[in-house]
Amino acid sequence: MSGGTMSNGRYWIAHNAGVLTAVVLFAVMFTLYVSNHSAGLTPAVATTAANKAVLLALVAMAQTLPVLTRGLDLSVGMVFVMTNCIASAIVVGSVGEGLLGVVAVLAIGALAGFVNGAIVVWGRLQPIITTLATGAVYYGIALFIRPSPGGDVQSDIADLLTGQLFGTVPAALVVLLGVVLVIWIPYRRSVLGRAAYAVGSNEQAAYMSGVPVQRAKLLAYTLAGLLAAVGGLMLTFNTYSGEASAPIAGAYTLNSIAAVVIGGTSLFGGWGSAIGSIFGAFVLRTIEDLLFVFDLPPLWQPLFQGVVLLVAVSLGAFRILRVRNRLELFT
Amino acid sequence: MTDRNPYLELKRISKRYGGIAALSEVDFSVYAGEIQAVLGENGAGKSTLIKIASGVTDPTEGEVLIEGRPVRFRNPTEAMRAGVVCVFQELSLLPELTVADNLSIVDPPKWGGMIDAGAQRDRARALLKRVGCEDVHPLELVRDLPLSRRQMVEIAKALGRDPRILILDEATSALTADDVERVYAIIRELKASGVGILYVSHRMREIEALADTATVFRNGRRIETFRKGDRSVDAIIEMMIGREVTHQYPDKPAPRPDAPVALKAANLSWGREIQDVSFDLKRGEIVGLGGLDGQGQRELLLGLFGVLKGVSGSIAVDGKPIALNGPRKAMRAPLPMALIPEDRKTEGLMLPMSVRDNMTLAALPRLLGRFGIDSDKENAAVNGMLERLRVKTPDLDAPVSALSGGNQQKVVLAKWLMTAPGIILLNDPTRGIDVGTKQEIYRLMRELANQGAAILFYSTDYAELIGCCDRVLVIYDGRIRRELAGEALNERNLLQSALNIDGAEKAA
Repeated sequence: MSGGTMSNGRYWIAHNAGVLTAVVLFAVMFTLYVSNHSAGLTPAVATTAANKAVLLALVAMAQTLPVLTRGLDLSVGMVFVMTNCIASAIVVGSVGEGLLGVVAVLAIGALAGFVNGAIVVWGRLQPIITTLATGAVYYGIALFIRPSPGGDVQSDIADLLTGQLFGTVPAALVVLLGVVLVIWIPYRRSVLGRAAYAVGSNEQAAYMSGVPVQRAKLLAYTLAGLLAAVGGLMLTFNTYSGEASAPIAGAYTLNSIAAVVIGGTSLFGGWGSAIGSIFGAFVLRTIEDLLFVFDLPPLWQPLFQGVVLLVAVSLGAFRILRVRNRLELFT
Repeated sequence: MTDRNPYLELKRISKRYGGIAALSEVDFSVYAGEIQAVLGENGAGKSTLIKIASGVTDPTEGEVLIEGRPVRFRNPTEAMRAGVVCVFQELSLLPELTVADNLSIVDPPKWGGMIDAGAQRDRARALLKRVGCEDVHPLELVRDLPLSRRQMVEIAKALGRDPRILILDEATSALTADDVERVYAIIRELKASGVGILYVSHRMREIEALADTATVFRNGRRIETFRKGDRSVDAIIEMMIGREVTHQYPDKPAPRPDAPVALKAANLSWGREIQDVSFDLKRGEIVGLGGLDGQGQRELLLGLFGVLKGVSGSIAVDGKPIALNGPRKAMRAPLPMALIPEDRKTEGLMLPMSVRDNMTLAALPRLLGRFGIDSDKENAAVNGMLERLRVKTPDLDAPVSALSGGNQQKVVLAKWLMTAPGIILLNDPTRGIDVGTKQEIYRLMRELANQGAAILFYSTDYAELIGCCDRVLVIYDGRIRRELAGEALNERNLLQSALNIDGAEKAA
């Protein structure tokens, strides 16, 4: 154990530099927000912020998994909206019936993700076009279920998960933490999770090393569907209803990609973490809140989001300075 | 050795890619506890043999047996489970993962169903220690390691799989002398513990130091297997060459020592791949780059064309020093340069684009009219080239991907000839194309040289170098090992210098 924990720590920081950058960025922005908010950091302010941010955080986590395998999932926003609509129809009745509905919604989300993965793996189609197509299908299903906004979700569950625990902690954050502990951490430390990184890093070498390439991809897309469904459920609990909204689906898909990048995950695969994506999502959400407290027109939001995204991407571009063979710039 | 069964046996194995046979009816076996060297020129079939043994590709015909039982490896994992582990020449490490992750990529130690990071680190430390790489931290990313360390990690990874047969494919090509010694020690230790080792190397001295038996391959066939010491180095080289020169080459003009120098390179260096290389290239001259594959020839061509960053030394074109910082600069040198790249599919052609668009891509500035690209000029230029190079294409607007390999390569040539280059760098332009097209390319090269172009020609085919070139620079380990011209330019000298066992060394 020579070198011991000291140098282990050094490597830990190097490996998580992207996540740490997103955390710091978020901390700075959120402090700025709270210190300029008329009410300060009250449980109500925190809960409102958390309820909005957790939705994008969950969809961004979903997006992270395919991206790690050097893929992309353009259907996460549509699965998010589809599960929202389905939840508004089946998470109803008593608490027990509602919980059964929750399980069903999660299963449907996972199934949607599995379909994506199956087409990518066995159909050998490109992830972008596959998920563009399946996304349209999922949105179609959403429209079919909720031609117009509506529904009446089980309100006890909804209130519990969007309120505060012990009158202080936003429950949505606890849900998010639970998802991290139950899904992300075990995944990150499983053989198939490792395999996802391996596939994204160098698919050929992964295959040559005996890594289960296909199962890794299947699981990544399936979990992406599951996580998007968790997001869809939370959306339902926030609005008590379902709405097949194309703008919401599209915006969440694109913002999830932005959040993944801000969180330090490489779009070339093999590098990054869903934790980073969570903070990437928080950063994007806080931009909106900052505009609000500084009384700037909300029309500026896309512009600021674009600037933050560009800065985040530039941080990752420093490798160009180290390239010895110019051909490597294009790989 | 005949009294026991081989651990790994290949029976009447053939492998064809398209119409080309990479291996023909090869019988081959490896016993437990032996070190067997595999020898042969570039393209003799060694890599194909290894790929079949390690489950990367299927044989077209024939059988693979493990301990006498027929098996069929569907992927490398199955071969590994059967005990056949390969250290690949192209590294199989995952750059974005840590060393510890890489070493336990398939069967990591687990705790409660999850990967036990601590145990995995300890395992990595033990494996790294075994290969003498205590300086590598298990949590370092593979992409941050220098090539020589990566190769040692690759070896450690193979050891971690408890091989019964270990295949080392040019595994020492990037190692430092110390590491090579350590690898030798590991190999001997494995042998003592009953592991069979298949050792592919181009370094004769390594083979003399290590091998018990050696097998020579040539043109996809196994020529002979013999015990160490049974054959002299000369006899081995004879076996490796053994073929007749079948190509027709255009006549070489008499040497013109007074021709002006087109390209002068002095003390070029770039990492390990190019080391202190100096040479002159005269107008009207075809100079070959020889040596084994991967000794720095490609990097040298890329360096001259400005693709590599941080090349030290100086380059002068037509007597004027130039700083090369990109292909566009090289194309605008006093004598315009052109590089025919090695992989026409990725670096030479835009496959979905038409024959016409591909051909004129590099020469568009010459084809401009008053309103953008002058289509009359473009068509005239393209038709001229089609005729000159005898490109067979259904139509000018057909996508290049529809053409045969030989005709694709002609399109690449045409693209660069359109820029009227004074210096032409050719990177193995005849690899994988048919004999007829090859001869047309030889003819064209000589024609261009006679018109005053200076040509630097890298080829992995020795016969081609001898037939086409006025002089050949043999590269070994990034250095010019020897220059061959006139009578001295023959297959024996080429191969000896390529293997670094020629005159000077034999005397020593």
